[in-house]
Amino acid sequence: MNNILVFPMVIPVITGVALLFFRSYPAVQRWSTIAAMLSVFAISLWILEDVRSNGIMRLDFGGWTPPFGITFVADSFAMLLVAAASFVSLICMLYAVFAGDKRREYYFQYTFMLLLIAGVNGAFLTGDLFNLFVCFEVMLLASYVLMTLGGEKKQLTEGIKYVLINILSSWLFLLGLAYVYGTLGTLNFAQLSLRIAEAGQPPILTAISILFLAVFSLKAGLVLYFWLPGSYSALPTAVSALFAALLTKVGVYALFRTFTLLFYHEPSITHTIIGWMAITTLAGGSLGAIAYVDIRKIAAYNVVIAIGFILVGLASNNAAGIQGSIYYLVHDIVIKGLLFLIIGTIIYLTSNARLDRTSGLITNYPILGWIFLITTLSLGGVPPFSGFAGKLMIGQGAISSGEYVMVGAAFLSSLFVLYSLIRIFLNMFWGEVLIPRKHQIPLPFPLLAPLVVLAIVTIGLGLGMDFMAPYVTDAATVLMNPEVYIEGALDNE
Amino acid sequence: METLITLLVGVLVSVATYLLLSKNLIRVVLGTAILSHAVHLLLLTMGGLKTGSVPILEDGVGTYTDALPQALILTAIVISFAVTAFFLVLVYRTYQTAGTDNLNEMRGSSDE
Repeated sequence: MNNILVFPMVIPVITGVALLFFRSYPAVQRWSTIAAMLSVFAISLWILEDVRSNGIMRLDFGGWTPPFGITFVADSFAMLLVAAASFVSLICMLYAVFAGDKRREYYFQYTFMLLLIAGVNGAFLTGDLFNLFVCFEVMLLASYVLMTLGGEKKQLTEGIKYVLINILSSWLFLLGLAYVYGTLGTLNFAQLSLRIAEAGQPPILTAISILFLAVFSLKAGLVLYFWLPGSYSALPTAVSALFAALLTKVGVYALFRTFTLLFYHEPSITHTIIGWMAITTLAGGSLGAIAYVDIRKIAAYNVVIAIGFILVGLASNNAAGIQGSIYYLVHDIVIKGLLFLIIGTIIYLTSNARLDRTSGLITNYPILGWIFLITTLSLGGVPPFSGFAGKLMIGQGAISSGEYVMVGAAFLSSLFVLYSLIRIFLNMFWGEVLIPRKHQIPLPFPLLAPLVVLAIVTIGLGLGMDFMAPYVTDAATVLMNPEVYIEGALDNE
Repeated sequence: METLITLLVGVLVSVATYLLLSKNLIRVVLGTAILSHAVHLLLLTMGGLKTGSVPILEDGVGTYTDALPQALILTAIVISFAVTAFFLVLVYRTYQTAGTDNLNEMRGSSDE
């Protein structure tokens, strides 16, 4: 049955709640978290394969058929993201387990990580706009707690800004929901798409779509990214990797869903605005990435650049661009997790976050150095690694829709990405060895293992592009042809 | 009736905006609470404000009340309750740690 669709959301929730009762047993907390994430990952791979061979899968909760009940709809796009997100969060949790921050573990760190993942997976799978809001809130509440857990002064002051900006964007989201319900009388994605198509998207609906664009841009960090670098650099390593890999991607997912399934009738207005927002984001992110010497800030601005890059694919609004965006989204979930884990590890090892105060780390920690180089090349889009295919296809898509400014901005930003990270590599890993080998803080293998796994995955995704291709093609087909999604999500028999 | 409630929503939003723009943290929290009440009222209004009818469509029943906006608001109220509670605790904790409730004094970090 389709009931399996509920597991990516329900397993983390149940495990998270159950862990509340095992407060003083860190071993139970750690390994049941890992077990839960492993099963979520396995299940999401199974659903992904099933969706590709048998078409869109749907679950009507309580037997209430759409458009009246609550539904989960899984197409390849959603499942690819669920699978990637579950895998990367599994790795981040492994890192958290081996890092073993006793105080945070005692204050339910794993519970909130699991609830965060439940919210993220729910947001990917849900089939109506109001549940998307609810899942966003589940995810955000967990992220508020993770953001401030530990109670350091910087975490608290950054936390207040983060919470406030998200309350405001949730408010705008509800406002959009109210307007959509008032004009169209439904909140189910498929039915909304039908009714918007019938009405031919009059100006009032386009105006509402701009409201949603603002909301999701704020979540994704598109143009409205000013909250992002400060909050992401106040977090402990594993959590920052989790945030960087997942949170902004949910916003991007919501943008793709709304502007390919619902508001796709006026691309000359909406997609042009998205294009210019993407260019602004690329420019702002690039400037930020080279402006700071704090490596956490540099990494955070790299998140911003990637968002701009992915949205270039949506703005070009053709099959190649969308496919490129999907490749790049999956790649970015993996690589941003890896980048933030490395940055956190470097700070743990050298106890400073400035790139001009350390050098010669490659002598002390050769494997870490090589992994960082792989990450740099992968983020820059150098061929054997996973960033290449996405960049190539986004470029093709933008060129074939004649958006030369976007192509220029996108590839110029890649150079900035490469420069900002090579700068860290040259300053921190090369040069004179400052820490004598006898006095260096040991880097135990368990802590290094998650990084090695992610580095292997980024190489594997790059070399195994053909293996991923059928899933991505299927996902792009559904995104480009809303009627396929509508048939899968609304068909009652 | 709808017009009246819409005007009320406008008043609430402007009050909330005023509070949000102040420097005192408690006022900011109150601002977010009022803001969420404003949007709940708007959701209710969007479903249409009718009295004296049932939320079911049956034979012989001419008018009916749309029950969905109320379900939506119930969920939204619960969420905004949780968020406001969390935000209040966070503000109190920050006041204890940072020794101030003035947003102006929480800018940036000391190492820049």
